[in-house]
Amino acid sequence: MPDRGGASRPAAAQPARLAVRKTYKLFIGGAFPRSESGRSYPVTGAGGTLLAHAARASRKDARDAVTAARAAVGKWSAATAYNRGQVLYRVAELLEGRAAQFREASVSAEGHPAAAARREVAAAIDRWVWYAGWPDKVAQVAGSANPVAGPYFNFSVPEPTGVVAIVAPPRPSLLGLVSVLAPVIATGNTAVVVASEAHPLPAVTLAEVLATSDVPGGVVNILTGFAAELAPVLAGHMDVNAIDLTGVPAADRGELERLAAGNVKRVLAAEDDWAAPPGLHRMLAFLETKTVWHPVGI
Amino acid sequence: MGIEQASQAIADRRWLTEVGTSDAALRQVLHGLPGVDQVGAEARAASLATRSIKRDAKLWALDTAIRMIDLTTLEGADTPGKVRAMCAKALRPDPGDPGVPPVAAVCVYPDLVSVARAELAGSSVAIASVATAFPSGRASLAVKLADVSDATAAGADEVDMVIDRGAFLAGHYGQVYEEVRAVREACGRAYLKVILETGELATLDNVARASWLAMLAGADFIKTSTGKVSPAATLPVGLVMLGAVRDYARATGRQVGVKVAGGIRTAKDAIRYLVLVRETAGPQWLTPGLFRIGASSLLNDLLMQRSKQLTGHYAGPDYFTLD
Amino acid sequence: MAGKRGQRGGAAAPQAGEVAAQPAGGATGRTASAGAAWEYAPAPESREIVSISAEYGLFIDGDFGPAADGRQFPTINPATEEPLAQVALAGEADTGRAVTAARRAYERVWGSMPGAERAKYLYRIARILQERAREFAVLESIDNGKPIRESRDVDVPLAAAHFFYHAGWADKLEFAGLGPGSRADRAAAADGAGEPGPAGARGADGRAVPRPLGVAGQVIPWNFPLLMAAWKLAPALAAGNTCVLKPAETTPLTALLLAEVCQQADLPPGVVNVLTGAGGTGAALVGHPGVDKVAFTGSTEVGKEISRAVAGTGKRLTLELGGKAANVVFDDAPVDQAVEGIVNGIFFNQGHVCCAGSRLLVQESVADIVTERLRDRLAVLRLGDPLDKNTDIGAINSREQLDKITALSAAGEAEGAQRWSPPCPLPERGYWFPPTVFTGVSQSYRIAREEIFGPVLSVLTFRTPEEAVTKANNTPYGLSARVWTEKGSRILWMAQRLRAGVVWANTYNRFDPASPFGGYRESGFGREGGRHGLAAYLDA
Repeated sequence: MPDRGGASRPAAAQPARLAVRKTYKLFIGGAFPRSESGRSYPVTGAGGTLLAHAARASRKDARDAVTAARAAVGKWSAATAYNRGQVLYRVAELLEGRAAQFREASVSAEGHPAAAARREVAAAIDRWVWYAGWPDKVAQVAGSANPVAGPYFNFSVPEPTGVVAIVAPPRPSLLGLVSVLAPVIATGNTAVVVASEAHPLPAVTLAEVLATSDVPGGVVNILTGFAAELAPVLAGHMDVNAIDLTGVPAADRGELERLAAGNVKRVLAAEDDWAAPPGLHRMLAFLETKTVWHPVGI
Repeated sequence: MGIEQASQAIADRRWLTEVGTSDAALRQVLHGLPGVDQVGAEARAASLATRSIKRDAKLWALDTAIRMIDLTTLEGADTPGKVRAMCAKALRPDPGDPGVPPVAAVCVYPDLVSVARAELAGSSVAIASVATAFPSGRASLAVKLADVSDATAAGADEVDMVIDRGAFLAGHYGQVYEEVRAVREACGRAYLKVILETGELATLDNVARASWLAMLAGADFIKTSTGKVSPAATLPVGLVMLGAVRDYARATGRQVGVKVAGGIRTAKDAIRYLVLVRETAGPQWLTPGLFRIGASSLLNDLLMQRSKQLTGHYAGPDYFTLD
Repeated sequence: MAGKRGQRGGAAAPQAGEVAAQPAGGATGRTASAGAAWEYAPAPESREIVSISAEYGLFIDGDFGPAADGRQFPTINPATEEPLAQVALAGEADTGRAVTAARRAYERVWGSMPGAERAKYLYRIARILQERAREFAVLESIDNGKPIRESRDVDVPLAAAHFFYHAGWADKLEFAGLGPGSRADRAAAADGAGEPGPAGARGADGRAVPRPLGVAGQVIPWNFPLLMAAWKLAPALAAGNTCVLKPAETTPLTALLLAEVCQQADLPPGVVNVLTGAGGTGAALVGHPGVDKVAFTGSTEVGKEISRAVAGTGKRLTLELGGKAANVVFDDAPVDQAVEGIVNGIFFNQGHVCCAGSRLLVQESVADIVTERLRDRLAVLRLGDPLDKNTDIGAINSREQLDKITALSAAGEAEGAQRWSPPCPLPERGYWFPPTVFTGVSQSYRIAREEIFGPVLSVLTFRTPEEAVTKANNTPYGLSARVWTEKGSRILWMAQRLRAGVVWANTYNRFDPASPFGGYRESGFGREGGRHGLAAYLDA
C-alpha cells in the first residue's frame, strides 16, 4: 500500500490481529450511501495519521438529502410530542452505550486529553437528554391563549417549520453537533446537517446511533464533505425552510444569507457558548406560530 | 333535523314522494343525520380490537368467518382457468379437512360468471358479480345497466355495484339514489350489494350518509370498497356502517347486510370485524346473510389458524392450497 | 322487494324484514353453544408474572422494614375476597422516621442536586415502569379490582408517561413561567455566576431557577393507586422535593412495587418513602411539623379535615377532592360517540373516578333516543373477573364502598327515580355492582347531589344551553364537565361558563401528564400535570 500523508513514520510492529477498518459514508434517508460523485477526502488524526476517507458529498447528495428530509417531515411532525421525546431519549440511551467509542475517537482523532474528552462526551449526552425533555413542553412555553377583545377563543401554537439545513460547528465535533441538531428535531423539524469538515467522524458515528434507534429514516441526514461546497447549495435550495449557519465563518455568512433570501428562509446565525445551558433560541428559531380564532356562542 | 326526526321521516316513507328525491330533499335527510366524531369512532373501534377471543369462541369465529367469505378474483388477467381453480377452493377450502365449511360466495367480473356457474351449479356457494363499470363507476347509466344485465343473464345470484363517487361528492344525491334504484330493479331476483368506496369518501360523515342513501334506494348489502383503492375497509368505517344498518333496521324494520372488503388479510383482522359486528349491530348480524368479507388470501390464514386451534401446532403456508 | 331473492345462498338468503336465521354451529357441533350469541370464552391474563409476598414492610430511607410496633393490616382481592398479604401499619414513630429521612435526603442530596441529574433518576424510573408494565398492571388489577384492560392500557402507561414528562422539567424549571420565587432571587443575586448548577443558581438565559419546598407529605386514594402515586411523586421529585407517600389502605401493593423500582433506579435513600397504613397514618403524616408541603387526593370530607389540620402551620397545601360531574349532551351531538362517552364517563373504572360523568344532562328533545341507545350499549358491557382481558367492568374496591353505593341507589329509588340495569349476572364472591341508570332524576335527589363513586348514572334533562349551564354548575363541586355537540362555538361557550377545572368536549376521561387537572370550589384547589402543576411543588 502506498505510504500517504504526513511525516515518515517508524516501522510499526505487525499487530497480532489486523483491525477491520470502518468505512465512513453519508447518512441519507436512514441509509448509508456513498457519495454519488464517488469522491472522498482524507481525514487525518491528531498526529497527522490517516484515520479514514470520509465521503465528500456533492450537490446531488445534498439534493437527495433534502428530498429525504422533506419526505420525513409529515410523519415526524405529526408524531405526538410524547413520542418524539421517547425517541430522543432512546437516542441518548444508545449514545451512552457508545460513550467509550466517542471518547476514544476524541482522544485519537482530535488529540484531546482524556479528561476533556470525557467531559465533552458526557456534556453531549446530557444535552441530548435535556432536549429529549422538550417536545412535550415547548407548546406550553411558546404557545398561549390570547385574550382578544371579542367573543372569540384565540390561541397560538408553535409548529415546526419543516426542513432545516444545518452547518455544524467545526469544533467541538460532538457537543457542537448535538447542540445544533437536537433542538431542530425535538421541535418536529427534519434536518440536513453538514458535519464538521475537519472532524466528520463523530457525526457518522452519531448517524449510526440514529440508524439503530427509533428515529425514522430521513428525519436526520448527515453529509460529510466541504462546507464551502455544500452550504451554498443548501442555502439556495428552494425546498429548505430554514438554515442554521452556526458553523460558517462570519465572513462567509453574507453570501449565504443572500442566497437564503431566495425563498425567504428563516436564518439562524448564533454564536453559542457550548458549555453554557442552551436556552430556548435554537428551538424558537425553527418554530412557526399559528394563531387560530373561533367564535364563542350558543 | 336531528336523528329523531330523520328516523321518523324515513320510517314514514311517504316523504319520499311528497318531498321527492331531489338533491335538496336528500341533503336535508342525509345532512340531518347525527355527526360522527372521528376520534371517538376510531377510539371505539380500537377498543373493540383489544377483545381477546380464545378457544371455542375463536374456533366458532374462524368457521363463521370462512362461511362469510366472498372469495374474490377481480384482475384484468383473470382467465377461465383461474376462476375454475378459485371455485374449487370455494367449495372445498381445505381438501385435507372436509369439516371446513364452504365460503358464502365467489366474486368475479360479469364475463366470467358463466365459468363460475358451471363449477358451482347445485352447491351452496353463491355467485356474485361486480357490475356498473367496476371499479371506477365512470360510465353512462345505460352502460352500467347493461353490465348488470350481462351478469344476471349469465346466472349471477348477487350483484356488487359501485356508486358514482363523483356524483356523491358533488352533492348530486338524487343521481346516486336513482342509479341505485335502477340497478336494484335490474337485479331482479339477485341480491344487490352497493359499494360505497369509503376510501374515496374520505370522512366518516360521508360514510354514514352514503350508507343511508344506498339503503333508502334499496340496497340489500352495503359494502365498503372495491379493493382497488387504499384505504379500503377499516374498523372505524365498519363501525359506522354497522351503526347505520342497526339504526336503519330500527327505523324501517328492514335488515340490510354489511360487506367489508379490501385489505383484510389475516384471521386476526377478520375476528376483529366479527367482534365489531356483534357489539355494534348485534348478534343477529353474525350470519352470512347479513355480513360478508370480500377477500382472497384471507382464506388460507383462516385455515392456518383453524388448524392451530384444532391441533395445537402452528401450520405453514405450504400445507394449504394456493388456487 | 319481497320475493326478489336469488335461489342460491341457502342460509345466506333471509327475506326482507325478517330476523336472520340463527347461525348454524360448526360441522363438528362443538361450537354450537358458542354460536348462538357468540359468547366470548374466558381470556384470563396470567397471574404468574407477579409474585405477591406474604408480608410487606414500610419503605423508609431506602429500605423495607416492619413498623416499629410490628402492627400489620391485610389487603385483599376485592374480586374474590381472597387475602393477598399482610402489610405493615405505620405508626407515629415510623412517620417520624420517614419524615426525618426525607428531610436528611433533601438537605444533603436531593435539594441541591443539579436538575439534570434529578432528571436522569426520573427517566430511569419511567423506563423501569415500562419494562415491568405487565407486572404492575396485573398487580393493580388484583389489589384494586379494576379490569386488566384498563390497568394495562391506561393506568400503567400513563404512570410511566408522568415520570417521563416530569423528568424533562427537572432541569428546565426556569422556563416554567412560574417566576423565580423569593428564595431563588436572593440566592441568584448572591451567586451571580452564570453556570448551570444547583437549583437556585442562574439557569439558562440567565434566568433564576425556582426552589423546591422541602419535604412533601402525600396521601393518595384507592381508585388509581399507581397512577396517583405517579401524579404525586413525579412533579415533587422533579422540582427537587423529597417525598413521604401514604397509599390507600385497600391498595398498597403497587406503591410498594414502585418503591422497589426506586431502589432499582438507585434513587438515593430517603428521597422517596412509602408509609402504608390507614387513616391514622395519613393524619400523622399531614400533621407532622417536618413536612413542608401536603398534597391530598381523596374525599371532600377528608380534604376539609386536612385543611383544618394544616391551617395556621404555614404548610403549603393542594387538594384534589370529589366531584359530581355533568355530562351535557345536546340535540346535535354525535350520538353514538356521545353514548360511548356517557358509558365510559361513568362506568370506566367502575365509576370510581373523581371526575366521573355521573350526571347525564341530556337535551329533552333527544332524551328518549339517547336513553334508548344507552340501554343498548350497556347491554354489551361485560362485568366480571378483572383479570379477564374482555372484562369491561371490574369489582368494587371494598365492602365499605359497595355498601355506600347500595345505600345511595336505594335512596334514589325511594326518592322516585326509575332504576334500570342491564341483565348482569354477578359472581358469588367479591364486591360487585351492576351498571345502573336512574332516569327521571331531579336536581334535588340525593343521587344527583352526592358523589356515589360507583357505576351509577343519573339522567336529568334540560331545554336550553343556559339551563344546561345552570344545572351543571348547581353543585358545590367543580372538578370536571363534559359537553357533546357538533357546534364548535357552543363548545367554547359552554367551556367558558362551566365552573369546572377540566372540560372534555366530545370526548371523555382523557388524561395526559401535560394537561393540568384539578377542581374548582369543593373539588379542591391546585393542579396536577402540565406547567401549572409544577407550581404546587415550587416556591414560586
